[in-house]
Amino acid sequence: MKKNKTVSEKIWQFFCSVKLTVTTLVLLALTSMIGTIILQNGSQSEYVRLYGESFYKIIKVFTFDDMYHAWWFLGLIIILCINLVVCSIERLSTTWKIIFPKKIKFNATRFRKQKNLETFTIKKELATLSSSYENFLLKTIGKVIKEETLDSIILYAEKGRWTRIGVYVVHSSILLLLIGALIGMVFGFKASLNLDEGKTSDTAVIAKSRESVNLGFSIKCNKFDVKFYDTGAPEEFKSNLTIIENGKVSFTKDILVNHPLRYKGINIFQSSYGTAAPDSAHVDIVKLSDKSVTHLSIKIGEEINLPNDMGLFKLEGFLPHFDFRGHNLGEAFIGRITPKDGQSFQIGIPVKFPTFDKMRKGNFAFIVKEFEKKYYTGLQITKDPGVWYVYAGFILMIIGCWITFFMSHESYFIEIQKKQGKTLRVCFSATTNRNQQSLKLKIKKYVVKLKGKQ
Amino acid sequence: MDSSLSLSLATFIYALASIFYIGSFSFKKNTLAKIGFIVLIIGFLFNTGGIILRWIESYQIGYGHAPFANMYESLVFFSWTVAVLYIFVEFKYKESIIGVFASPIVFLAIAYASLSPDISSKITPLIPALKSNWLIAHVIACFLGYAGFAVAFGFSIMYFAKPQNPETKSIFAKLPSWDIIDELTYQMVVFGFLFLTIGIITGAVWANSAWGKYWSWDPKETWSLITWFVYAIFMHLRMMKGWQGRKLALVSIIGFLAVMFTYFGVNFLLSGLHSYG
Repeated sequence: MKKNKTVSEKIWQFFCSVKLTVTTLVLLALTSMIGTIILQNGSQSEYVRLYGESFYKIIKVFTFDDMYHAWWFLGLIIILCINLVVCSIERLSTTWKIIFPKKIKFNATRFRKQKNLETFTIKKELATLSSSYENFLLKTIGKVIKEETLDSIILYAEKGRWTRIGVYVVHSSILLLLIGALIGMVFGFKASLNLDEGKTSDTAVIAKSRESVNLGFSIKCNKFDVKFYDTGAPEEFKSNLTIIENGKVSFTKDILVNHPLRYKGINIFQSSYGTAAPDSAHVDIVKLSDKSVTHLSIKIGEEINLPNDMGLFKLEGFLPHFDFRGHNLGEAFIGRITPKDGQSFQIGIPVKFPTFDKMRKGNFAFIVKEFEKKYYTGLQITKDPGVWYVYAGFILMIIGCWITFFMSHESYFIEIQKKQGKTLRVCFSATTNRNQQSLKLKIKKYVVKLKGKQ
Repeated sequence: MDSSLSLSLATFIYALASIFYIGSFSFKKNTLAKIGFIVLIIGFLFNTGGIILRWIESYQIGYGHAPFANMYESLVFFSWTVAVLYIFVEFKYKESIIGVFASPIVFLAIAYASLSPDISSKITPLIPALKSNWLIAHVIACFLGYAGFAVAFGFSIMYFAKPQNPETKSIFAKLPSWDIIDELTYQMVVFGFLFLTIGIITGAVWANSAWGKYWSWDPKETWSLITWFVYAIFMHLRMMKGWQGRKLALVSIIGFLAVMFTYFGVNFLLSGLHSYG
């Protein structure tokens, strides 16, 4: 090593340390907690209400309100990536020769010094025993290397040398899925679209920026259905959608939660639903003086004459959640009465409370008898061209972890020495790069077999 | 027999198994641990039976789903995975006394499920978001991961229970050698790590097919990632920095605290997509 390192060497050294890996991982683990405690992507008023004005300023400075996309958090991920690449290159340059050697060599002294060395004697011909052991190693381990001297034979076999590559597979899988995530961030979007039954739309609103995005085709919601359990919880909801492209119907499909529609790189998911404004309502108009009832079907926006020519009534609209003095009275219609001689005023007609309008003590009480219930479907619309890189990363990560954790490079060593007479002394030991304990158990098992080969 | 009876029996038998293991540990009698192991297996059979019966009962009620849909069911399954993993370890390594650190976890999880007033054992219908084939794969993978970490945690406790000096004649002297404890702890962490990884991945793939986003920094996701980071640190410290013994056991204990927070803390303290368990 040179004493005076250049700047680039220093940088390389910095990124090649495991200390940096551990530090970065600790920082990532600790900072990730922040986002699970502080509300993410909320509005300014929410933050001020929850945490107060001064803390809100701190939140803004460090982008804690969207911390997983904050510059410092992405910075940590980038440091981890560089660290991972530099470390892998550094180590792979030395392990490459171990993983792919020109010729497999072994160190006999190292095996003789192994803790797991087992020794036993057998009365047999050297040649026959050696060939039977050679056969055993070939069958259970792999190719055998044989070294012969006058009065001894050494047999060596190994397996799983390639598994030393496992950890690099895991590391590259992390890079692959981060690349996928980056592609998704740059070229993808996540938007939502609430579509009334019967309506068509070709634009959705991006969740984060509130900008609208053109999909390149139109979606029509033909029908929406929701089923409930006895408990009242929703069991299943589905939308029947038609895709219309260039004014022509492309196809029609049902989508359910967990069963999205994918078209031209755009995914359409069933995410929520709600009550949409109906077209019309059947209304009873009760004249309170003589209790006479007039039954009418009124369209939204339509203005009708009240009975006995006592003014006008207009059905102005529909509210899914009617708020009356801070109470949610549920679905309600909004109407406007214009008396013959006087100022017009607005009334609310909650569907579930038929006596509500009577309490106003006007000339007429309005009751909504029924209306055709219409839903809107809440669609989540996403595009993510990076997802396939992420999935490839996932598969590679599982394979890599499996290789790294459950497979190992095991080398087995048998030395047979001639002793007095026909006695042979057998030494058996093995090495592995991981899971010593399991190797010990294997050696015990194999020794029984080797002793049995008389 | 119905599922609740079978699971109650399992709880009781697991308690018995724990008592046998603790007894064997306290009185240095290996025979008691051997009996404890058999009792544990019997408890495990009732646990298995209970899960299968509950699955069948859910079909009879008309809901028809795998018993992985709420906190009660997840705890019962957690006990099951820890039990199956520990039974495997004892079979393979023939070290029975270490059960004293694993069997109480099995018992406590299922006992908590049955006794806690906050946890309802009613079979509930499945919300639409959970109706997916990914549910089973995701839950099994995550819980195998949790189980690996739980057993590793139990073994890590040994580092603080067993005297460092092997000459010491104390009640802990019967415990296996440091080599074996070290290896076992590591094996359990590795097992947990692989399955946590698979659990996170299946969850991500599922989220992508249900909501169109494989990662949305939901508290459960984030905490599982934090847990993943902690165990990644564990492995780098062990393999690259040569950490071992109490220092490393401490990391494994911290990791298990992260697991516990991912499992319970997120559900009880934070809100998100995983409110069901």
